[in-house]
Amino acid sequence: MSTKGGLLEGKRGLIIGVANKRSIAWGITQKVAEAGAQLCLTYQNERLGENVRELAADLKNPLLLPMDVGSDSQIVMAFDEIRKKWGKLDFVVHAVAYAPRQALEGRFVETSREDFRVAHDISAYSLAAVCNAAQPLMAEGGAIVTLTYLGGERVVPGYNVMGVAKAALESTVRYLAADLGPQGIRVNAISAGPIKTLASSAIPGIGSKLKAHRSHTPLQRDTDQLEVGDAGVFLVSDMGRGITGQVLYVDGGFSIMAG
Amino acid sequence: MADVRKKVIAIIAEQLAKPEDSISESSHFVDDLGADSLDTVEIIMAIEEAFSLEIPESEQEKIRTVGDAIAYIEKHAKA
Ligand SMILES: NC(=O)c1ccc[n+]([C@@H]2O[C@H](COP(=O)([O-])OP(=O)(O)OC[C@H]3O[C@@H](n4cnc5c(N)ncnc54)[C@H](O)[C@@H]3O)[C@@H](O)[C@H]2O)c1
Repeated sequence: MSTKGGLLEGKRGLIIGVANKRSIAWGITQKVAEAGAQLCLTYQNERLGENVRELAADLKNPLLLPMDVGSDSQIVMAFDEIRKKWGKLDFVVHAVAYAPRQALEGRFVETSREDFRVAHDISAYSLAAVCNAAQPLMAEGGAIVTLTYLGGERVVPGYNVMGVAKAALESTVRYLAADLGPQGIRVNAISAGPIKTLASSAIPGIGSKLKAHRSHTPLQRDTDQLEVGDAGVFLVSDMGRGITGQVLYVDGGFSIMAG
Repeated sequence: MADVRKKVIAIIAEQLAKPEDSISESSHFVDDLGADSLDTVEIIMAIEEAFSLEIPESEQEKIRTVGDAIAYIEKHAKA
């Protein structure tokens, strides 16, 4: 990977949410690394840590740390480690979501209190928690990007409580952008088209959503991890310096169509 | 069709980091090969990619052995 004169030369970034080579976070990792960034990747648990270590073998001096975003103490530990090793952080990519499987089956109206809580905790609150932990390391400003989906804005059958959590996530982006803007920290979301990943394989009818996407989207093809990665590079780099609190659609144009 | 068998076994061997000769058509992903739920999803996704297939969830649940996967591919693959 060439690093000469890249948009992110000299920048240090944290990527949360690599599970395997199909992860959107991995698409973003490849692109920000290509742009010259030095990276820390965190993994949810040891099982996924194996995958992350294997993938990260191609990166230049990566920092690899465990971090379950459902645990305040693990967030503190990971950021402590980053502070000790790097002393600063320029950007964070948050590509994490979770809802208990049964909450994605059947009707949204039947969602249990606990499933609703967990989905919002892991998929929305975690962004606020991570931004709060990151801000002391961003004394010179910084950029944070999270991943959302159209189902947070409109009803996508089967997406259920995950859609409600994405609405919370998008609103969280706006409140964080307002809070952190005066410190020069920008917060944005990318709304990606459907992509086959571990997380999306839990969504009922993902196959037919992909097909509908292909036939109804102006660009007539699937969204891929690497084009989301390029949008991520743009948003966390200086090229995105005037943009905060926004949702950027990287979906081949699907979201503009009425049918 | 022997090709399908070979390719499937290679995919599973890679995913589970096991030698190919330890895998046969009767091998059950979980019981015989020690796959966890994550491995199982990844195996299905790798098969979909390798054979340009989209396997509906209801069918995915039925694919639990190497032989199940081969039978599904032989029935549905275009090429
Ligand atoms: N795949 C799509 O179609 C699509 C579309 C739009 C948005 N998104 C969003 O992109 C993001 C990444 O998902 P993906 O599709 O790449 O799937 P993925 O399964 O590859 O990534 C999800 C990640 O979330 C992590 N995670 C879940 N719970 C966690 C926890 N408690 N602590 C730490 N990490 C945890 C998993 O380890 C995994 O790495 C998610 O926010 C998802 O909603 C996905």
